[in-house]
This record gives sequence, C-alpha cells and structure tokens, in this order.
Amino acid sequence: MKTMIETRHLTKDYEDLRAVDDVSLSIERGQCVGLLGLNGAGKTTLLRMLCGLLTPSEGDIRIDGLDAAEETLAVRGRIGFLPENPPLYPEMTVARFLRFAALLRGVPALGVEARVQETAQRCQLADRLGDRIETLSYGYRKRVGIAQAIVHQPALVILDEPIAGLDPRQIVEMRELVRSLRGEHTVLLSSHNLPEISQTCDKLLVMDRGRIIQQGSEHELAELLGRRRRILLQVRGERTRVKDTLARVSGVSGVQILGEADGVVEAEIESAADVREEAARAVIGAGLGLLTLSRKELDLEGVFLRLTGGREGQA
Amino acid sequence: MKTIWLIARRELLATLRSPLGFVVAAMVLALDGLLFNLLALGGGEKYSSEVLAQFFYTLSGTTMVASVFISMRLLAEEHQTGSFPLLLTAPVKDGHIIVGKFLGAFLFLALLTLITLYMPLLVMVHGKVSWGHVFAGYLGLLLLGAAALAIGTFGSTVARSQIVAAFISGALVVALLLFWLLGRAADKPLDDVFSFLALHNMHFRPFMAGKIHLRDIVYYLSVTVFFLSAATRMLESRRWR
Repeated sequence: MKTMIETRHLTKDYEDLRAVDDVSLSIERGQCVGLLGLNGAGKTTLLRMLCGLLTPSEGDIRIDGLDAAEETLAVRGRIGFLPENPPLYPEMTVARFLRFAALLRGVPALGVEARVQETAQRCQLADRLGDRIETLSYGYRKRVGIAQAIVHQPALVILDEPIAGLDPRQIVEMRELVRSLRGEHTVLLSSHNLPEISQTCDKLLVMDRGRIIQQGSEHELAELLGRRRRILLQVRGERTRVKDTLARVSGVSGVQILGEADGVVEAEIESAADVREEAARAVIGAGLGLLTLSRKELDLEGVFLRLTGGREGQA
Repeated sequence: MKTIWLIARRELLATLRSPLGFVVAAMVLALDGLLFNLLALGGGEKYSSEVLAQFFYTLSGTTMVASVFISMRLLAEEHQTGSFPLLLTAPVKDGHIIVGKFLGAFLFLALLTLITLYMPLLVMVHGKVSWGHVFAGYLGLLLLGAAALAIGTFGSTVARSQIVAAFISGALVVALLLFWLLGRAADKPLDDVFSFLALHNMHFRPFMAGKIHLRDIVYYLSVTVFFLSAATRMLESRRWR
C-alpha cells in the first residue's frame, strides 16, 4: 500500500516552546487516521505543517511521495484542509464560494460547475447553493468548510477538530460525512473528542506534549495497556485487611481502595498477569466476603488518560 | 496569472459589497467634490490649467488616504476572520496572493478615481483644457495610488488587525511624504536623495502640470514593486511563525 503521509523527525519551535517534537509517522493511502490529544498537545501545529501553513523548524514531510519543501505547490494541490474555524468568505453564496475554491485549487474551468454540484450533493448543501454563507448556521458553515476542502478531489483531507462547536444532531451528520470520505481520500482528523475518533477512524495517533506517544487501532492501544491488567473487586470486610490480603497475592503490583460503603470495600488491583483466580482464593481464604470480581476493560478515554499520564487538559 | 485575476476579482467584489468600500467611496467622492469647489474653483480668477493642477493636487491627498483605508483589510481581514488558510493552503505562490489582493484594491481605487472625471469635464465646458493634461493627471493619480496601495498591502500583511494595518500604512505614507521636508533641510548630496525618495512633491507635481516624465513613472512603479515584494516576504515569513 502506498504511503500518503511520511514525516521524519518533524519539529516545530515557537521561541521557547517546542510545539511538535521529533515526530516521525507514516500513514497509508486510504486510511482514516485520528490524531488524539489534549488541548495544547501540538495537534493543530502538526496538521498546519502537513498542509503547508507552517514551515517545520526541523524534519521532512513527504505527501503522496512528494517532498513538501521542494514541491510545495504540487503538495498543496493534493491536500484539502479544514481548520477548526472554517475558512469562508461570508459575503459569497455557497455556490460562488465553492467555484472560487475549486478554481483556486486548480480545477479546470470547464469542470468546475460539475465539481461544485457533486460536492454540494455529497455535503448535503445542494439546497443551500444560492444562500449567502453569512446566513448559514454554524453546522452548515462546517459543511461548506468540508466542501471547500474536497471540491478539488484531493488525495489527502486534513480536518482539524471537525466536530468542535456542533450540536449532537450536527455531530451525527458530520460523522457520516467524514465516514463517506474514507476510501476515496486519505483522511487525517484531529480531535479531543474520544468517542468521535473511535467511531470514525481506523487508526489512532495519540499526541502529548508535541510527541506521538502511541499509535495503533483502539483495540491495539487497549491491548498494549492491558499488559498491566486491572481487576476490580467488591469485598465485605475491614478496609485494611482487604488491602493487605490483596497486596499479598502473588503478581499483584498495586492495590488501590476506590471506596467503602456499608462494610463493603471496592478495590482495584494491578498486575502483570491475570490474577483473578489467585485473588479470589486469597480473599475467601482470609475469611472475607467476595461479592464481585471483574477484569476492568479500558475504554478509549481510559487508554488516552493512561497514555498521557492522566493529565488535565491545558489551555 | 489566472489565480491572480481570480483573487483580484474576489477582492474587488468583496470591497464593492463591504460597508467599508461604500464608506470610503462616499467620503472620498464627497471630499473630492468639496475640495474641487473650494480650492480649485475658488480663490479668484485662474487659468483652466491652474484649476486642473489644483484639482489633481487635492485629489492626490484623498487618493493616498483612500489607499490606506482600502488596503487595510486586504490581508488583516483574512487573519481576523480566519479565512487565510483557504489561500495559504492553495497551490498558489505567496507573491500571486499579494499581487491578486493588490490588483483587486487597485481596480477599486481606479474606479473611484475615474468617477471624478466629471470634474475636469466641467472645467472643459467652461475653459480650455487639453486631454493630455487630464490624461497625465490621472496617470499620476493612479501611479501614486498604486504606490500607496502597495504600502497599505505591506501594512496589512504585517498587522493582524485592520486598525493597526491602517496605522502602519499611514505612518509609512506620511514618512515617505516627509522626505520632501528632509530634502529641504539636509545638505548636499543627501538633499537630492531625500527629495527623490519623497512620495509626492518631486514626482507628482509634473503630473499635476500635465507633464509625464519617465523618471516619475519608474519611481512610482519601483515603490509599488518594492512594497509588494516586502509584503510577499512578510507573508512567506508568517509560515515560520
């Protein structure tokens, strides 16, 4: 499979801040890849470098086999970009704006009208072509933003926070639209909305403090973290006894008491191997009442928080 | 070339539809008419050529002011509204973006300037004016306007706010105008250098009198190209920030 995006040691410095730090990644053609990270993780800076808005401080970018530094215009022609705030001219009608965007991106004049109609159909804008952009709701503006990004049929579509600011219904519609881009385009989208990424993308890149700290499918990432398993227990008994009993189980590396109510202690143990049987035997052997025992499955939020060290979002 | 025209056309239509475009056009045309009546036609008997020279002199001032206000939105507005990525991620050279923007603004200014043609025509009805004088005056106004617009385009590239852009451009235009005073105050050979660099005095007065000197055309075109090049470099440098 041909590589669509390849970066080597990509770095971006802003005076005393390193926004993107030595990022090397490879994305295959036709994939839908989600870039996941907290605010300030460097997602937008990375995307802006990939689409040519920013020049890297160090490192190389190749898009569809072309060197972005050497063949800048050819690379830009292969990309459609939607920033978080759609880049629109409010005084124009949707049709005029899409014609402008198509011509600007090199669509031959004779084919522009067909491209505009086709793109409008795809983005469910056909009945809004005559409307001035300033009269549209934010959800429709986002659609026009996606339409301008795909009107020239780029090989790569880059979407920065495509669902930010949308209401639940618009989110569902936007998700369908982004999904429809898969296959025909390679799609790279950023978000800090974890369920959104997991529902839309084949592969995830987790970014933290300017670095890609992990990549893979949601399942792969969860598996990766699953090497250190977590088991949840509800045990009737005295708090200290429960903790000591669980800590003595072979293979357990940590015990955390999550809560206690009506004589029932809720605990979580962490281990390298699956120690559910040993833990159950130890609890019963100590004369404590084992009420429940389960392996904790990490959802995407859990994966993400653990990968990023559970830090709070930054401004 | 096609993309330059595409950007210029959008810019022209956007200016024509914007409140700023209307306000600038209305203010400039009203001021031109008023000043023509007060300064050019007033003040006792004059030869028609003197009336025309005074008319071009007053128009040169409003043209420079209008240029600063027309150009302040060119790139700063793109920053303010967040529409810049549309242009900056397109397969278009930064220089073509700048020239397209400048050209759109210049077409608007040219339209605005040519609307004032009725005033020299009024002078023609009541006096004797050569078409050559009118042509030379308008050529001078367009060249001066182009230079001021290029300065404004540069200011609009430097600043992210339209107000700041107008301030920077205004300051640059005034600084270039004041070279005329420096030229009078300085000793040789600097006096000639300063006088030559002045935006208005030495280079515009011949146009006012109906004379076209290649030296003056080259000067205004050089100022225009210099500031458009500087704006292009500034835009390129933005990709590093």
